[in-house]
Amino acid sequence: MIEFQAVTKQYPDGTIAVRELDLTIEAGKITVFVGPSGCGKTTSLRMINRMIDASSGHILIDGADIMRSDPPVLRRGIGYVIQHAGLFPHRTVLDNVATVPVLTGVGRRAARARAAELLEIVGLPAGLARRYPAQLSGGQQQRVGVARALAADPPVLLMDEPFSAVDPIVREGLQEELLRLQADLAKTIVFVTHDIDEAIKLGDKVAVMRTGGVLAQFDEPAALLGRPSDDFVASFVGRDRGYRALGFLAATGLTLGELSLVELGGTVADARKALVGGWAVAVDEQRHAIGWLSSARLDTVDGAATVTPDLLISGGSLYQVDSDVGTTAGSLRNALDAALSSPAALGIAVDATGAVIGSVTADDVVRALAKARTAGEVPT
Amino acid sequence: MIAWLNDHWDLVFSLSGQHLYLALVPVVIGFVLAVPLGWLATRSGALRATIFYVFGFIYSIPSLALLVVLPVLLGTQILDPINLMAALTIYTVALLVRSVVDALSSVPWEVRTAATAMGFRPLRRFFSVELPMSIPVLVAGLRVAAVSSISLVSVGALLGVGGLGNLFNDGFHRNFIGEIVIGVVASLILALVTDAVLVLIGRLSTPWTRVG
Amino acid sequence: MWPALVTWLTTSAHWQGANGVPVRILEHLQYTGLSMLFALAIGLPVGALVGHTGRGGVLVVGVANGLRALPSLGLLTIVVLGLGLGLAPPIAALTVLAVPPLLAGTYAGIRAVDPAVVDAARGMGMREWEILLKVEVPNAMPLIFGGIRSATLQVVATATIAADVALGGLGRYVIDGLAQLDYAQMLAGALLVAVLAIVVDLVLVGVQRLVVSPGLAESGVSRRRATSRRTRNAAVSVTRGN
Repeated sequence: MIEFQAVTKQYPDGTIAVRELDLTIEAGKITVFVGPSGCGKTTSLRMINRMIDASSGHILIDGADIMRSDPPVLRRGIGYVIQHAGLFPHRTVLDNVATVPVLTGVGRRAARARAAELLEIVGLPAGLARRYPAQLSGGQQQRVGVARALAADPPVLLMDEPFSAVDPIVREGLQEELLRLQADLAKTIVFVTHDIDEAIKLGDKVAVMRTGGVLAQFDEPAALLGRPSDDFVASFVGRDRGYRALGFLAATGLTLGELSLVELGGTVADARKALVGGWAVAVDEQRHAIGWLSSARLDTVDGAATVTPDLLISGGSLYQVDSDVGTTAGSLRNALDAALSSPAALGIAVDATGAVIGSVTADDVVRALAKARTAGEVPT
Repeated sequence: MIAWLNDHWDLVFSLSGQHLYLALVPVVIGFVLAVPLGWLATRSGALRATIFYVFGFIYSIPSLALLVVLPVLLGTQILDPINLMAALTIYTVALLVRSVVDALSSVPWEVRTAATAMGFRPLRRFFSVELPMSIPVLVAGLRVAAVSSISLVSVGALLGVGGLGNLFNDGFHRNFIGEIVIGVVASLILALVTDAVLVLIGRLSTPWTRVG
Repeated sequence: MWPALVTWLTTSAHWQGANGVPVRILEHLQYTGLSMLFALAIGLPVGALVGHTGRGGVLVVGVANGLRALPSLGLLTIVVLGLGLGLAPPIAALTVLAVPPLLAGTYAGIRAVDPAVVDAARGMGMREWEILLKVEVPNAMPLIFGGIRSATLQVVATATIAADVALGGLGRYVIDGLAQLDYAQMLAGALLVAVLAIVVDLVLVGVQRLVVSPGLAESGVSRRRATSRRTRNAAVSVTRGN
């Protein structure tokens, strides 16, 4: 647990970066500091490992005031990941990861063995170990950065905009990787970002800060979306927040509808008979959806012809009923998106193996939301 | 020392003039030669490697050695000022080729692409976009070249043509330290003034670097 | 001219005794080695410290640039007239000339290390001396070596001129040849000095290859970043006083 007690950081020129910050960061959770530039989020993070010292107030880690520790010793016990990773260009990937264990006196051989394990944990092929940072992609460098921070197995991990310099697709992969790691490791993670979507996706709790170093709201993501404390938070959380809030509501109350399934290889005439409301889903042997069949499309072909893949219309997103770590799967948002993106206005529901088990409509989702509201599950 | 100076103002002035001439004419010629060479070096990796290698090689030859060897290669007399100026030109080119390459690579890729997209032909683009934008880095290189050249001229005194360097030789043989000190100070002043003039030229020719 | 040069170089008397080529080469290397040793002892720590703390940078660049304007022949003659003959005064002068490129190269090299890398090092719990020795210095090696090569060339060249103020070394042949109007001897001396300078530089390049981490080999993104920074430091990293 990390506690901020009335922490203020004022620079010699009078600028106040952080003002009277009171905050308790829970152990084993991800806490995200988010806000526009100049809001003091990075300063707050860097005060935890004394890269910056607070002007007044106290910061305690597990009850101990950090000002009593020698900064280098304190830092060796706290993982630190920054933008662009900050890898040492002159050392191999393996030796980069082994840095902190070597600093703390672990033998080089043991440190390297541990480093190799960590590379595997963060999903990097062992072949990269002997390369130098300049030979890696941005996403790979960032994974090495995370591995390096984890090397000494610190209970606390500070991450300062670690994923903001990589492209959106890689970023999404890294975010999911972090959630997957966290599910196993349960570190106390403090994460700084200027991207509210990233904050909501990753944070167990999110601290929204405003310019001038003032904490605007500290809450769980769903509460942030559901009841922003003021206009600043509401506008910072941004548009579509009602829709995004659905991501935090489990779709357990949703009843699935029927769906007509057709396997490829039969005749077009048989397929036409199977259509319900002009639509059916084509599936393979594992009942995985591979596309939609529509009456409009099938009417253009002779009834005796075989149903082939070129007759299929590609479908929308899938609604995965079983929830999975790090995704919005199993949420009302997932269900609604499946319905809205489907050419048939019917969302395809699948189980954990990906097999089709039913359908969902936008109306179903709205009804489920209304039920959740009356049950008091929606923050208002 | 002051008494000597009072008697020899004329000498110091005329040697300073000669010194500047010997030092700066090679810088100008060297610059004119270095620009196309540097441009060539940015065209292909192999050319760049060759040019850098050759001039790196030449640059590592000590000046006195070059001064002695050049007459054989140029067919000049050993005491001819051309030798000194040729040597200084060679050093200037060696130094500035790198600067020109650095300078041209400092032009942002987007700017070059935008110029091409607007229809500039390569030569026109070079003179109206790339060269002006390289001025800050070019001036930095020119300052180094000019200051080095001014301090190098004195070595020529060993072979009879050295501007203010003649005072060092003369003072040494007459065992009169004051004369050498005056020569050194005068040489430093020349370098300082030349450097300041180059900075000024650089600033005046790049008004866009001082806004915003 | 060439036949006379060949004759000079193949005359066995010129390769023997106190004025023989091997002795002169050893003298030249001795002056260079001694001056570089002193200059390294001064330039590296001061440059590294100023680079690490960022304090005194303006002074270092100013001194380095100012000393480049100093004519080496002037410095040599003043030092020898002021302090007398013998080995010490010219070695002191050579040291003075070798310090600026070392200082500038080390300073520029340390400053050019990516601040994010230094931040990461500090964040991981390295102490300041560890940051300097384990991160900044290894990453600054290419520019530090640039400074060492510049300084060495400078010293080899100036040691030649130092023959004018009664020092030994290969410059003797040039200066004595001039006095005796023996151009073949001058030319032989000049060629030997040129070859010596080039060989010494090649040896340094070889050492650099061994010492500098392969991770710093110029490639990809890191190279572009490094180049732009080096460009800004161009004013301090290249020197030739001789």
